[in-house]
Amino acid sequence: MLPLSTPKQAIERTVREEWGRILASLVKSIGDFQLAEDSLQEALTVALDNWNKKGLPKSPAAWLLTTARRKAIDRLRRDKNFSSKQKEIAYLMDLENMDKGGRETSASVDDPEIPDKRLEMIFTCCHPALEQKTRIALTLRTLGGLTTEEIAAAFLDRPQAMAQRLVRAKNKIKLAGIPYEIPDMDVLPERISSVLSVIYLIFNEGYSASSGDRPVRSDLCDEAIRLARIITQLLPNEAEVAGLLALMLLHDSRRLTRTDGSGALIALQHQNRRRWDRGKINQGVRLLHDVLPRQHLGPYQLQAAISAVHAQSESWEATDWAQVQALYALLYQITPTPVVRLNQALALSYANSPQEGLHMLREAAGDGVLENYQPFHAAKADLLLRNGQIEEAMNSYRRAIELSDNLSERRFLEQKLDDVSNTPSARWS
Amino acid sequence: MQYMCLIYSTEGVGPQPGTPEFGAFMQGYADFGQTVQKAGKFVAGDALQPVSTATSVAVRDGKAETTDGPFAETKEQLGGYYILDCEDLDEAIKYAAMIPSAAHGRVEVRPVMIFD
Repeated sequence: MLPLSTPKQAIERTVREEWGRILASLVKSIGDFQLAEDSLQEALTVALDNWNKKGLPKSPAAWLLTTARRKAIDRLRRDKNFSSKQKEIAYLMDLENMDKGGRETSASVDDPEIPDKRLEMIFTCCHPALEQKTRIALTLRTLGGLTTEEIAAAFLDRPQAMAQRLVRAKNKIKLAGIPYEIPDMDVLPERISSVLSVIYLIFNEGYSASSGDRPVRSDLCDEAIRLARIITQLLPNEAEVAGLLALMLLHDSRRLTRTDGSGALIALQHQNRRRWDRGKINQGVRLLHDVLPRQHLGPYQLQAAISAVHAQSESWEATDWAQVQALYALLYQITPTPVVRLNQALALSYANSPQEGLHMLREAAGDGVLENYQPFHAAKADLLLRNGQIEEAMNSYRRAIELSDNLSERRFLEQKLDDVSNTPSARWS
Repeated sequence: MQYMCLIYSTEGVGPQPGTPEFGAFMQGYADFGQTVQKAGKFVAGDALQPVSTATSVAVRDGKAETTDGPFAETKEQLGGYYILDCEDLDEAIKYAAMIPSAAHGRVEVRPVMIFD
């Protein structure tokens, strides 16, 4: 933790690290999202003024929580429906008295007496009754402490539109009675997977854009990892939560080597492995060593395990393809999608032979579902080429180019086709 | 909180009268009624006659205009409703999912407005 210096820096740091925890606790005790956020915002303004004059309190977070609660009471009292808010006011006053009776406001928010409500909060933010994009925005705002402007920038939205989205969401939570609770056991697995997919979407939003010139988005990767760390602490028995954290760490270890100077994507095969982030790889691998033996396998753990095989391999050639193939086979049992099958076929082609890979690929394409799927034809072309079937490979590349709707991808494929057509065997065939 | 569960389905889709499935379907409604009564969640609930019996009324310039049929021509029609008194949306969703028509149609869950 950095030493505290100026009040402004102290507030910024507190907001960054503790915003989610303070806000969650506040929402839980007030029961009103918007009121909680407004009160906390007001407390921040007071803090800057007060800390400038009197110096920093021992625990800025606890100070903010207490002040925000008082601001909430003030706001409730000023409300034109004052009489109907008596219950809320009484409850907040009780909380305040408890604080006074016990300790000074020097208590840390780590204190068990200020319970951590972030888990309840993330289930609220990721509730299936909210639109997917809203879940992401609300999670970033509420638990990540990102400003509306930052979130709008990350999603290339106008700040005004993002602000409206967030207000609508908070209104719906209040009026529709979306609870601030950990869901019941019977729906918990499904709700956890909703939370995990929100976090993974945040990560991918940052990851897939890291080739662009929008540096704010690499923050999204960090934020997703931070959120996953929090949830891993809060749900230590959920193997998939740790699996997702491991997956993101392992992917993120390659952040610097994924693109070249011009921002074009570099395939895994051609990345400089010496520049992969060893710290992140080790953390990801440790997490997997911890959760895989629990035998609660899921798609995140398996994808992380595949990523770990690559991360620990010295070179593309030295990759343990048999293991990658076996992991894809397991993944295909859980998520039987064409993409997984395709990757399995590629792994099989390296583990055994291009011929076997082609066989699996043809089987997967048997019912024609992959006919209009560009990656299928690109993969097929690669396998055919390695199997010496030049003419067929060229046809597959042409089909892939036809289906490609992405400029840089099309260029990549056209280059491949060009290379193939210039090989001697192609010229003479 | 009170939630209104609006039951929408396409007429002619789902179990039809005179089939064995229909008996089980109606039994499902009877069971659901008992479940919400016993749990103390039931406030009100009714099935509606088919949409062919609907009449829409609008008053324009002080004059009531009456037209045959529902307000909006959509494939899914409102067929009935429940008002349930639930703890929160999660509980309302839990009960809404038990409504037999949810298996082929859909149930819109709307909080009842309270004026304070």
